Amino acid sequence: MADYKKEKGDALYEISDPGHAYENRQEIYYNDNVGGRAVFVDSKEQYGSDEPYDDSVYIPEKDRDKAPILEVKGLGIDFGGLTAVDNFNLALGRTEIGGLIGPNGAGKTTIFNMLTKVYEPTRGEIFFDGKSTKGMNTVDINKAGMARTFQNIRLFDKLTVEENIKVALHHTTNYGLIDGMLHTPKYRHEEFRIRKEAMKYLKIFGMTKTADYRAGSLPYGAQRRLEIMRALATKPKLLLLDEPAAGMNPSETSELMETIKEIRDRFQIGVFLIEHDMSLVMGICEGIVVLNYGRTIAKGSAKDIQSNPKVIEAYLGKSRGKMEEEEKNEDIEEALSKGKLESAPSGKPDRKEDE
Amino acid sequence: MAERILKNIRIGGLKNAVKGNDYRKEATISYAILIGGYILLQVLSAAGIVGHNLQGQFVPICVYVSLAVSLNLVVGISGELSLGHAGFMAVGAFSGILMSRVLLQSMTFEPLILIISMLFGAFMASIAGFIIGIPILGLRGDYLAIVTLAFGEIIRNFMNVLYFGFVDGKLKFAFNHTIEGIEDTDRIITGAIGATGTKTMASFTWGLLLCLFTVFIVLNLKNSKQGRAIMSIRDNRIAGESIGLDVRKYKLMAFVVSAALAGMAGCLFGLNYSTLVPVKFNFNTSVLILVFVVLGGVGNIWGGIIAATLLTILPETFRQFADYRMLTYAIVLILVMICTYNPAIKSRITALWNKVKPKKKDNGPGGKPRKKKAGKEAA
Repeated sequence: MADYKKEKGDALYEISDPGHAYENRQEIYYNDNVGGRAVFVDSKEQYGSDEPYDDSVYIPEKDRDKAPILEVKGLGIDFGGLTAVDNFNLALGRTEIGGLIGPNGAGKTTIFNMLTKVYEPTRGEIFFDGKSTKGMNTVDINKAGMARTFQNIRLFDKLTVEENIKVALHHTTNYGLIDGMLHTPKYRHEEFRIRKEAMKYLKIFGMTKTADYRAGSLPYGAQRRLEIMRALATKPKLLLLDEPAAGMNPSETSELMETIKEIRDRFQIGVFLIEHDMSLVMGICEGIVVLNYGRTIAKGSAKDIQSNPKVIEAYLGKSRGKMEEEEKNEDIEEALSKGKLESAPSGKPDRKEDE
Repeated sequence: MAERILKNIRIGGLKNAVKGNDYRKEATISYAILIGGYILLQVLSAAGIVGHNLQGQFVPICVYVSLAVSLNLVVGISGELSLGHAGFMAVGAFSGILMSRVLLQSMTFEPLILIISMLFGAFMASIAGFIIGIPILGLRGDYLAIVTLAFGEIIRNFMNVLYFGFVDGKLKFAFNHTIEGIEDTDRIITGAIGATGTKTMASFTWGLLLCLFTVFIVLNLKNSKQGRAIMSIRDNRIAGESIGLDVRKYKLMAFVVSAALAGMAGCLFGLNYSTLVPVKFNFNTSVLILVFVVLGGVGNIWGGIIAATLLTILPETFRQFADYRMLTYAIVLILVMICTYNPAIKSRITALWNKVKPKKKDNGPGGKPRKKKAGKEAA
């Protein structure tokens, strides 16, 4: 990031990477997150500083002695001339539950897509389990031990619930095409084994009764759970959850929180989740990253985030008067601490990013 | 926690949930139709009810049933449209005929020759499927359909210029010109004239065995890890990749297995006639097989069996209307499309079916009978 010289008052920076072109612009961004009120925000301030965060600080204590499961350094992606994500850094502990939040269009799902190589990052490096993921594709990433769910549920609709999990157990099922076509004793043995294993996963989520039903015909909450189950069945070391609580009611959300914790404790894996529901994020995430306009604006524990003025600004916009600002901050802090702040309309997931 | 979630699911309702595919039921129905149909036709022809013309159609019926089942592997299970199935049939037919003629030089036991020829036909067709599959399986939907159509035509045109024959007891082949010094009786494949002097070995019983084998393979594959991978990629490609499934590999697998089965059926078809012209395997035949699949219901194995049988028998029984066969196909296809894909008509048919259907005691997933009220609310 320090490839170019920055001098105040000098508009002609030396730019080594076109991705940073927006640094040049002295644009004013229009932020309309506060009930219809126009609030103008200086882009420079909004983006946050370029100083790299010391990520190791944010790893919870229990994971500090082990190498992080996921390490991201200076990750960025451009779509044409648009920089969607820039200078994203992260270190996630082995058994940490990490959260990624930010307003709609901040680039959260884009980061997930880069981690799972749906998109190839323009800049930066991703180290998963100590190894660089350069040159890997989505399939390799999953085989390496990273599994994900999707913002708009992507199940195998016409297969049954049980089969959905059996597909995820594909690589641990040990027989060839000939066995599959002729149903040899080896096939029977392996099928029996993975059926039992699939039922084990269903039992964890209390969905054994739904095993024979088509995945596409299940109620919404059950579909979300099945998607998490399917990701888990690939035996990941890191689970990425893209808005797991979207469209759930408060009681379902609180159940989901317990489920996520239980998954982490039971399988001893890392979880990294995107969520708009603040009660979930503040409730279970040990480390939180806040993203706005593709830039990291804050990092830390739930407490740090709740009191961070930049976060509040990103969500609600900056007010003009200082008095007003202080007043509002108190309100927001109150709301955040109660976990009631609906940061963004969670019923309207920004689908275009995921497609 | 599990208890609470279960409760939620009951409240949220499995009442709208649909049961998944029952493989055992599907297999039972398919085998029952095949064997039942075989016995019925045998009895009818023994009783003299079935005419000579229709008896000559028994092997082709079996071949078409087999083709419909194998095409269903690509269209129904893999979810891609293939219009080149007749091409693989042609590869199987001509390579099978060739193998049978070679084997006849040294062997006399016909069933063994037939089996080896069919396996050889399947092998050659699978190679053709593999070679074609590699470059085109990156394509999807309409594009794939058009390319398979083109490849089907290429295969047929390739057969048009292929010459095979024995010269002094040695097998020789040539492209685009006749083999020199060849006797008429030693010709095996003569370009556009096709295969001549084939010793017919196919019979209705062999046809039945072919059908049973094809259904066995396709249904087994459907209920295996490979089949599940193929179907999950059909349902959601991105999710399939996200759980580590190699999309191209499994698409290719479905395509090659389907081609091999088509080659096998093609071989039996070839060994049913003493002469066989390449023109037989044109675009119309590919579409005909697709019609069987669509009419029987895409992905429905036993539906395809019935459709293939009926659409081969009917034109034969009403020979005087045979000229209108293609017209009938078109109309039938249009009607099926409208009836299965028009929501208004579809819901009427389902409502009608629900009235006719014998009522069972419907137990909810919780094991308790569902209350009627809940059902009404849902409606």
